[in-house]
Amino acid sequence: MNSPSIEAVNLSKRYGSFPALSNLNLKIEGSKCVGFLGPNGAGKTTTLKIFTDMIRPSEGRALINGIEVHPNKKKALESAGALIESPEIYPSLTPREALSMVAELRGLPKGERRKTIEDAVAEVKMEEWLDKKVGRFSKGMKQRINIAAALLSDPEVVLLDEPTTGLDPRGMAEVRDIVKSLKTRNRLIFMSSHLLNEVQDTCDEVAMIDHGKLVVYDKLSNVTTRFSNHSGNVVEIEFLRDIDDQTVNTNIASLGNVNSAEKIDSRRIRIRFSGGAPIQERLLSDIVAMKIGMISFHSPTSALEDTYLNLIKDTL
Amino acid sequence: MSKLPVAPTSSTKRQVLPSSVSQVGTVSKYELVNYFRSRRFFVLLGIGFTINGILTALVGYYGVGTFASSALGFYAFWWGNSIPFIIAINGIFFGGDAISGEFQNKTGYFLVANPLRRASIYVGKWLGAFAASLMVFAAYAAVTIGNGVYYFGTNIPYQFGESLLFSILYLMAVLGFTFFFSSLFKSSSMSILVTAILFLFAFMIIQTLVSGFAQIEPWFILTYGSGIIGNVLADKYPATQVIRGAGPGGREGTTFNATIPEGLAIILGYFVVTAILGLLLFERKEFT
Repeated sequence: MNSPSIEAVNLSKRYGSFPALSNLNLKIEGSKCVGFLGPNGAGKTTTLKIFTDMIRPSEGRALINGIEVHPNKKKALESAGALIESPEIYPSLTPREALSMVAELRGLPKGERRKTIEDAVAEVKMEEWLDKKVGRFSKGMKQRINIAAALLSDPEVVLLDEPTTGLDPRGMAEVRDIVKSLKTRNRLIFMSSHLLNEVQDTCDEVAMIDHGKLVVYDKLSNVTTRFSNHSGNVVEIEFLRDIDDQTVNTNIASLGNVNSAEKIDSRRIRIRFSGGAPIQERLLSDIVAMKIGMISFHSPTSALEDTYLNLIKDTL
Repeated sequence: MSKLPVAPTSSTKRQVLPSSVSQVGTVSKYELVNYFRSRRFFVLLGIGFTINGILTALVGYYGVGTFASSALGFYAFWWGNSIPFIIAINGIFFGGDAISGEFQNKTGYFLVANPLRRASIYVGKWLGAFAASLMVFAAYAAVTIGNGVYYFGTNIPYQFGESLLFSILYLMAVLGFTFFFSSLFKSSSMSILVTAILFLFAFMIIQTLVSGFAQIEPWFILTYGSGIIGNVLADKYPATQVIRGAGPGGREGTTFNATIPEGLAIILGYFVVTAILGLLLFERKEFT
C-alpha cells in the first residue's frame, strides 16, 4: 500500500501583481499530521484552495497521491477530504441530508451510508441535531458538521484549514482528538492553524510560510531545536504561598546553572539558567525538594511559539 | 476513541466514485430539496395562483364572452398573455442567484472541495432549478386548463400544446440566461437585480426602441423570440407587416413578429450560448 502524499511543485499564485504564493515546493508523505503555520495573508489558505481546485495556480503543480489536482480534480480528490475556511451548508437541509449528499457524491455504498453518517455525527458530538435544520445552528455547530463531512469517506489525505475556528474549548479538544485518531489509521493530515498549542499537541511536523514563501519544513522537534532561542532557558514558577525575597535571591539564585532569579509578583518568579532539558529537570527537582509550595513550573512561551516568533517577523 | 469508519486500505476500498452523470443527479436532487423548503418556491407558486385567481375572478364576473369567443381565443387571452411573465419571474428567482449565491453564502465551499467536476455542480443546479420551475409552471398550466375545460370543454386546441412546448423551451432559455448572469457575479442580490431589470424592463424597452423607432427586427432579444408562445394561439399567425399611419402621408412602420422557426432559433440560440458561457465562467471562477 502506498503512503498518502501531497506535493507542491513550484506552486505559485498571483492576484494581479500581488504574489499570494511564491514557488512553493513541499512534499509530505506518510501517516502524520503536518501543521501549516504562518501569519494572516501568508498563503496558507491559498495553498489549501489550490489543493482542492477552488483556485488555480498561476504556476506549478499541486498533487495529491501523485495525481495533479487542477486537470484531474475528481480523481485527485477521490482520496482526500477537505475543510476549507468555514463552509455554509444549505440552511434548509439537516446534517443527515447534507452528509447524505456528500456520501452520495463520494460513492459510499448505499447500505452503509446511514451508519457512516450517524457515526460521523456522533464523532463530532452532534447526534441530537442530526435531523434539525442547519439554518438554526451556531457557527461552531456548523463547523462540527463540516468536519464530519470532510472525514465522512475516511479519506487518506485530510486537508484542514483552521478546523477549530468557531469551536468552543471542548470542541477544539475534540477536534484535536479526532486528528490524533486519524494519525493512527495511516492518514496524512495537513492542517493550517493559528493556534500553536494545537499544532504542538497534534502535529508531528510543521511547515511555516511567510509572504507566500516556505520558511521551514521539518519535524516539530527539529524545528524547535534549530530555531528556538531561549525559551528552554527561562522558566516561570508559581507558588501556593507568597515567597520571600531571601528564598528567591539566595536559595534559588544560588542553584547550579541558574543565571538569575527574579520575582514577577508575590507568588511567581522567573529564573534564567544555562543548559538544556537535563538542567531544567534538575532545577525542578531541586526546587520541589525545597518544599516551598511550588505548584507550577513552565516555560513562559512554548518552544514552537518561540520558533514561530523567531522565524515570522511580520504580521500582514 | 474515534467512531469514524475504519480506514479502508487501497485493496479493500469500498467506495467507487460515481459517474459525473450520477453526481449531477445528486446535486439536482438536493437542490430541489432545498427549493422545496425555501420561501421563494412557495412565493412563486403563490404568485402563479394569484394571477390565476384574478383571471378566474375576472372571467367569472364579466363572463367568458367578454374575453374570448373560442377555446383558442380563451387560451390566447389567458395563457399567451401571462405565461411569459410567470416564466421570467421563475427564471429570475430560481436562477438569478443560483451560482452567485454559492460564492456569497459560501455554500459552494461545502460542495466544491469534493471529488466532482464543477460542470456537474452547474448542470445539477440548473436541473434542480428547472425542475422547481416546471412545478410552478405545471401548477399554473393546470389551473389554466381547468378553466379552459370548464368554459369550452375538453376539446383543447392543439395550438395550446404547441404553446406549452414553446413555453418550456423558453423556460430553459430564461434559466440558461439567468444562470449565465449568476456566474458573472459573486453577489446574489446583484445578479437577481440585473436579471430582473433585464427581463422585466430592459428587454421590453430595447425591443420597442429597436423595432418601433429604428425599424430593425429585434431578432437578438430573447423576449422577441418568446412572442411565438402567444402568437401560435392566434386564429391566424400574425406576420411581420408594414403599417401606414392614418391620414395622407402617414408614416410607414413595420410590426415585427417572429415566425415559429425564427422564434425557436432565438430561444434555442439563447439557451445554447448562455449555457455554454455560464458553464465556462463557473469553471474558471475562483473561490477566493
